[in-house]
Amino acid sequence: MYGAQLPSLVPLLPGLVLGIGAMALLMLGVFRGQSFGRVVDFIAIVLLVVAGAVLVALPPGKLTTFGGSFVVDDFARFLKVLALIGSAAAILMSLDYAERERQQRFEFSVLVLLSTLGMLMLISAADLIALYLGLELMSLPLYVVAASHRDSLRATEAGLKYFVLGALSSGMLLYGASLVYGFTGTVSFSGIAHAAGQETGAGGTGLIFGIVFLFAGFCFKVSVVPFHMWTPDVYEGAPTPVTAFFAAAPKVAGIAMFVRTAVMAFPGITGQWQQILVFVSIASMALGSFAAIGQRNIKRLMAYSSIGHMGFALIGLAAGTSEGVQGVLIYAAIYVTMTLGVFAVILAMRRSGGMVETIDQLAGLARTNPTMAFFMAMLLFSLAGIPPLAGFFAKFYVFLAAIKAGLYVLAVIGVVTSVVGAYYYLAIVKIMYFDEPAESFYSMPAELRLVLIVCGLFNILFFVYPGPLVGVASAAASSLF
Amino acid sequence: MIIHAIFFWLFATVCVGSAVMVIASRNPVHSVLFLILAFINAAGLFVLIGAEFLAWILVIVYVGAVAVLFLFVVMMLDVDFAQLRQGFLNYLPVGVIIGGILLAELLTVLFGWAISPEIGKVITAPIPPSSEISNTQALGLVLYTRYIYFFQAAGVILLVAMIGAIVLTLHHKPNVKRQNISEQIARTKSSAIEIVQVKSGQGLSS
Repeated sequence: MYGAQLPSLVPLLPGLVLGIGAMALLMLGVFRGQSFGRVVDFIAIVLLVVAGAVLVALPPGKLTTFGGSFVVDDFARFLKVLALIGSAAAILMSLDYAERERQQRFEFSVLVLLSTLGMLMLISAADLIALYLGLELMSLPLYVVAASHRDSLRATEAGLKYFVLGALSSGMLLYGASLVYGFTGTVSFSGIAHAAGQETGAGGTGLIFGIVFLFAGFCFKVSVVPFHMWTPDVYEGAPTPVTAFFAAAPKVAGIAMFVRTAVMAFPGITGQWQQILVFVSIASMALGSFAAIGQRNIKRLMAYSSIGHMGFALIGLAAGTSEGVQGVLIYAAIYVTMTLGVFAVILAMRRSGGMVETIDQLAGLARTNPTMAFFMAMLLFSLAGIPPLAGFFAKFYVFLAAIKAGLYVLAVIGVVTSVVGAYYYLAIVKIMYFDEPAESFYSMPAELRLVLIVCGLFNILFFVYPGPLVGVASAAASSLF
Repeated sequence: MIIHAIFFWLFATVCVGSAVMVIASRNPVHSVLFLILAFINAAGLFVLIGAEFLAWILVIVYVGAVAVLFLFVVMMLDVDFAQLRQGFLNYLPVGVIIGGILLAELLTVLFGWAISPEIGKVITAPIPPSSEISNTQALGLVLYTRYIYFFQAAGVILLVAMIGAIVLTLHHKPNVKRQNISEQIARTKSSAIEIVQVKSGQGLSS
């Protein structure tokens, strides 16, 4: 009844590279001991790059395998490359930290690789089971690395909190998925779309009830209000390179899951989920802007900032159009570069007493380390959305899509909250440029400098030649519709 | 048929009753034992609808492994549950309000519930009639063919769980002396003792 031959594994190749590579590295690390950790880290970065190259080299167009549950289209390619970049940068940025804090453990890289494999599966998932498995494979290593400083109370608390709330949200997601399955009779997105489109009762209250639970689970994973509670504590408690990892790649995968499910599985009932998204994006933008003002810890501040940014990104999805999805993709790409750059600076905040995390410690950075201060200021302006930096264009495309879809109120609230949010970004710039210098930091390790300069230059120079990214994002978005 | 109905009510009543007892009993060990009872009755319900494979999986995996593991954890961790429940009354009003709202919503939805008659036609992997094929065989036919991807992905997740457990619990302390059996066995007389000729009146220099 079913073919005995194995389905095509070609679309799966980048994932196979990561999965088999991670297992090989695990063996290497176990048999050669912890002193081999550095080599494992480098090989892990190489594997991520190779996976990216394989991904780009896959035959063009839409590839599906395993009965349609695994899809590689332009949308998946775009976000997968982004997730791979985020993970590779996170490992690169952890090198110096691991050495100085004597936390050199090869398992970190292996877990990051496996988590990235989960992201790739999640981005490609075109049915509910594949989605859930990808999500768990992505999240489980995150729980572990969050708690990996076992002796630190804060890290353990962060890991435990993340795990318990993550398990709760998985439960909600599964409940939603089971309702959706029960009312449509299938787990595949195209089948759900087909069943939901027929007005014979399947698209009724039961299905919507399922969607609400499903979206609640998604909202937790991308940390938007009202499911954001874990974010500040986990960002603050987890070791800083781990936070840098959390803030970039998993967010990309989470957005991918959100967009693909909403657009592919529920296209006929846009009106039903649009209002959920409008509410969560307004609430997240507002909370992200107002709650961050009082923060003194820069990692906590970045947590609120990420809540706000996810709110902005979801505006594009709320529009529910191809342009909206294009806006989301551009936003995700620019958000990743901004976040990685800022975390490169946070990881370089180290002086004789060890790592520091409060904003006041950045005082007078412009005099002690002008280059770092300049790039940090540019990234902060970009986060605030000040033209002509990249962050402005990110917001521009999602607001444009919202206006074209008739969501004027949403766009106006978005602009207002981004102005409010600009306050705390500018406050950091003020501290760096106009306050009395604090003791200077140790000089920045080369790999952090590399990440900072690449991200900074991308944000500064994006307006000169935005064509490629916008074009690719547009093609990726239209592959979903 | 009447026996079928009697057993259904028996299993269902005991299952719900023991589920209530899981959260109601004061002693955590009793809770786990009631949980096992609930699992076994759920397995009985599965047998009644002809899903014997699921029934046995439930007994073997949940009763045999998971619940027993729970029991060990509960007995080994000296958690004072009475103390844990002290704050319970403070949160009770909020919990009752939220639970009440949720229940009201669920009931509203329940009355507007309508299951599409066409659902049977769209299911992806049709269930073969039980007269042709046993349900263990039916699961086996799709598990390693159509669902091979999910099966393998679940395997990778289990690998991650294993790595995670080791990362979080295994710590090599530098000053701990460990037993190395192969080294002990490989010891010879010459590597273990040294015979020194000591001249009288001089002693050992080092």
